[in-house]
Amino acid sequence: MASVALSEAEKVYIMHGVQEDLRVDGRGCEDYRCVEVETDVVSNTSGSARVKLGHTDILVGVKAEMGTPKLEKPNEGYLEFFVDCSANATPDFEGRGGDDLGTEIANTLYRIFNNKSSVDLKTLCISPREHCWVLYVDVLLLECDGNLFDAISIAVKAALFNTRIPRVRVLEDEEGSKDIELSDDPYDCIRLSVENVPCIVTLCKIGYRHVVDATLQEEACSLASLLVSVTSKGVVTCLRKVGKGSLDPESIFEMMETSKRVGKVLHASLQSVLHKEESLGPKRQKVGFLG
Amino acid sequence: MAMEMRLPVARKPLSERLGRDTKKHLVVPGDTITTDTAFMRGHGTYMGEEKLIASVAGSVERVNKLICVKALKTRYIGEVGDIVVGRITERRRSAEDELAMRGFLQEGDLISAEVQAVFSDGAVSLHTRSLKYGKLGQGVLVQVSPSLVKRQKTHFHDLPCGASVILGNNGFIWIYPTPEHKEEEAGGFVANLEPVSLADREVISRLRNCIVSLVTQRMMLYDTSILYCYEASLPHQIKDILKPEIMEEIVMETRQRLLEQEG
Repeated sequence: MASVALSEAEKVYIMHGVQEDLRVDGRGCEDYRCVEVETDVVSNTSGSARVKLGHTDILVGVKAEMGTPKLEKPNEGYLEFFVDCSANATPDFEGRGGDDLGTEIANTLYRIFNNKSSVDLKTLCISPREHCWVLYVDVLLLECDGNLFDAISIAVKAALFNTRIPRVRVLEDEEGSKDIELSDDPYDCIRLSVENVPCIVTLCKIGYRHVVDATLQEEACSLASLLVSVTSKGVVTCLRKVGKGSLDPESIFEMMETSKRVGKVLHASLQSVLHKEESLGPKRQKVGFLG
Repeated sequence: MAMEMRLPVARKPLSERLGRDTKKHLVVPGDTITTDTAFMRGHGTYMGEEKLIASVAGSVERVNKLICVKALKTRYIGEVGDIVVGRITERRRSAEDELAMRGFLQEGDLISAEVQAVFSDGAVSLHTRSLKYGKLGQGVLVQVSPSLVKRQKTHFHDLPCGASVILGNNGFIWIYPTPEHKEEEAGGFVANLEPVSLADREVISRLRNCIVSLVTQRMMLYDTSILYCYEASLPHQIKDILKPEIMEEIVMETRQRLLEQEG
């Protein structure tokens, strides 16, 4: 993970601030930085989203392609995640430096989606045992300013919301051979329900308290963090601890309660922004990368 | 808890917002400035094929017969006498160095120093031969582009709002609580690790957000601009200062006050 070097005095200053609920930029322990979300930024994808959280910049593209269902789940499609840590984000990611972090994030994404209710995979099935939709979700890290997991999960949810999969029909003729027909209307597509898609809330333990949405400097002061993946209804799908330090069970319980509370607000804000963007219709002015 | 999500808004060009009539002549590396060979070449330009070409991205400045290009964003170029704030990244690993420096300075520490000499390859040698320089204690560091720090007589300021600031010429700005006793200034080599009071913290966080807003709107940083921005931000909550619309409002007010003060 990209990290900054801090002097002892700076770390002490940050830690004391967190104990008093006044962080360096004036936020409280449970406040997020301002988030900017925009969908449909990449034209040749089935769905895309860009999220800016402070200076952390994430771009997600979703491509739907036809494939064969997995043997153990013949009636379902599936998702594949790939994370690319661009060398633009920080010099540490030059060459193969970003690969470890990329694999770690991709594995976390697989885990949080590894349950029956996050995405209804049955809607991705075209014909059982033969054809299904595979959604390739590609995450690109453009800039890194702390709290990567949260930003990535928000971007993945927004991109899945934006994904439009063309509607196909399977035609069977008399000899029994099957043909797949694509609908003539380019706007005739199926959309995924992202109601139960979880978002990750990262809680970093600093001193005796924990903070949400840590900056790079705050992450350098924290010895242990908890990644909680929580849905809009407050259901926890996955829990992961990172860092060299230890967490006692009481802290973990408190952090989980905080994450459920924070997660609900996060999902509500994201839903309202996505619906607002959609209501602006095709005439909305796209800001994109040169705005 | 506060959570705000919004759709991005396209930024308006600066000249439109300020209502300026005269547009600056902006160039990028490789642009032709003029084909008139009577002009003298200044910094940021070179002669090629009978015409003057820009070598940096910036605005063209003309003084009589001298044309130069002032770069918008540069790496720090050291000059003798500059005050800099720096972080120790690497140390010489010799035995005498360990014995002498162990316990005083470690990797990751921040110091304030003055430039003593500049080498031909751009490297600078620093000295801390005054009590006002030395290891920095508790506080907040903000990194900005060096071209935004205005050159002044002094770079150590004790602001009346209740905190002190060091404006490093290299773009590193250090904000720290004003020490109570005059003898224990920002220098020395023993850091004070006692908790800073909540009131001081609020001032420091507010100053930090004000500096970030000024930098985002490309305003020059000096004690007066920072102070005016601080005063303009008082009606708002500290964490709201970084919201785009409030940032614009505060910096606009600061700009107006500075213009009134000059005129």
